[in-house]
Amino acid sequence: MTYLDVARIKEDFPILRREVHGHRLVYLDSASSSQKPIAVLDAMDQMYRTSYANVHRGVYTIAEEATAAYENARTKVARFVNAPSTAELVFTRNATEAINLVAYTWARANLREGDAIVLTHLEHHANVVPWHMLAAERGVEVRWIPMTPDYELDLSNLDALLDGAKLLGVSAMSNVLGTMPPVRQLVDAAHAVGALALVDACQYVPHNVTDVQAWDADFVAFSAHKLLGPTGIGALWGREALLDAMPPFLGGGEMIRDVRLDGFTPNELPWKFEAGTQPIAEAVGFGAAVDYLSALGMDAVRAHEKQLTAYALNALLERFPRTLHIYGPLDVERRGGAVSFLFDEIHAHDVSQVLDEDGVCVRAGHHCAKPLMRVLGVPATTRASFYVYNDETDVDVLVESLAKAEKFFLG
Amino acid sequence: MPGLEDLYREIILDHYRSPRNRGELPVPPAHKVEGFNPLCGDEVVLYLDVDPDTDTVRDVKIAGQGCSISQASTSMMSAAVKGKSVAEARQLIRAFKALMSIHEHKLEGEGDGADLQAELEGVRLGDLEALQGVVKFPVRIKCATLAWNTLQQGLDETG
Ligand SMILES: Cc1ncc(COP(=O)(O)O)c(C=O)c1O
Repeated sequence: MTYLDVARIKEDFPILRREVHGHRLVYLDSASSSQKPIAVLDAMDQMYRTSYANVHRGVYTIAEEATAAYENARTKVARFVNAPSTAELVFTRNATEAINLVAYTWARANLREGDAIVLTHLEHHANVVPWHMLAAERGVEVRWIPMTPDYELDLSNLDALLDGAKLLGVSAMSNVLGTMPPVRQLVDAAHAVGALALVDACQYVPHNVTDVQAWDADFVAFSAHKLLGPTGIGALWGREALLDAMPPFLGGGEMIRDVRLDGFTPNELPWKFEAGTQPIAEAVGFGAAVDYLSALGMDAVRAHEKQLTAYALNALLERFPRTLHIYGPLDVERRGGAVSFLFDEIHAHDVSQVLDEDGVCVRAGHHCAKPLMRVLGVPATTRASFYVYNDETDVDVLVESLAKAEKFFLG
Repeated sequence: MPGLEDLYREIILDHYRSPRNRGELPVPPAHKVEGFNPLCGDEVVLYLDVDPDTDTVRDVKIAGQGCSISQASTSMMSAAVKGKSVAEARQLIRAFKALMSIHEHKLEGEGDGADLQAELEGVRLGDLEALQGVVKFPVRIKCATLAWNTLQQGLDETG
């Protein structure tokens, strides 16, 4: 059963037509950042060519068009994650900024010395460092939900870890292992002890049907560039009552209702958190990206990636049964399409260098998840990750190229 | 287009597969110094036994982990400086960095051939020249220089 017409989809991505070292480009690094379809490039280009002006300011026609396009993009993104209201969908620079927004506003207004927050071993630095910074500043304790030997979260001690905690931060999908923790269960456990739940959905939203209400979370962060959209824009979804009660983040234009010599009144949601001139064309591109994905159907996207990931895991294990180790769950029902692996005797960087020679782009390194790499006991892995424009042929090229790397280094 | 053979010359793979001078030295009298590349996790550990009377690198042992370039460069470095005077070792460091197109204290320009000639004047790089291909792969230069920066730090600390 095929869920996506990948041959057709590939044609929507101009970059996939280029060659590298005389080979067709095989892009397997979408977990780092995705490529962009013509629909997104055109939407941004069109905005600059026909309706570009600053938003929420001018009363002239193109300013109104730009404002409408910007707000229309917000509506699309809000619908894409089933947010109940556009007031709850704040544009940020990326997922990292979305998490920092929560750390600098909600957390600094509500947490004090001795309070605890709970994170997991799977987290990306974006959901670690802001909390380390808070911990250093406020004396807040950071606790960790560990990982099992099967690369799942070990929830056996969850109640004790959450005891007295004020916030739980969890990634909905690991960018290194592909692991997809049980978000709803974790959110419920957090709420049961009166803690809030922040979901880093940066890897999840691009590849799954996302429903922030079904998660019942309090904050959800994600980036446009990983879901076929441009860089420079992302989103924070948060519950309206929470966002309302939080102090503003950055100060400046846009985020105010009134400014006086002796103070200011913040704007309404969501603009309260959008200081300064916003990435307007990028917002339009973000909207076009979720339109593109919605037209494919996120159910079909997920089904396609499950199928392709199963094919890849199988191909890797079959071809390199003794020399290659896969880091992550093997059951595709419980994981996404980021596949980390390591040859026993070859360094991840050397592998990716050989792959580049064949036009294959994979990521080698710690994937901005050094605490997790420490738990895994390896300094680096090679990671291939899949998206809507990848098919089994891409996996075949990867496997052949890996065989070449193995032969090259191990003889 | 530079090819893989430019980067991974046979002599480099040989040092990677069979590193020279691997091991440890008792500290003291040896001095232990560690170099770390936080971006890729490559790690170089050097044990330097410098004779203060003659100012020579009496012995050197290496440990650590990382990619073939960083580990081969460490092995080749250990073979190159063992038995050399500290002054000669420092000259090798400068020559090697020049080979990697790194010109310290210079902000503009790539440096010209004359610079390279000046640094290399009278220095025998031998096997190390095999690492020159790394220059064509800019992101890998830091892999090749890690061992040499670590050596420099070690010599500074012992001297
Ligand atoms: C799980 C996860 N969280 C957060 C981020 C940070 O995303 P960004 O760099 O777009 O802010 C990433 C990106 O790699 C990620 O994979």
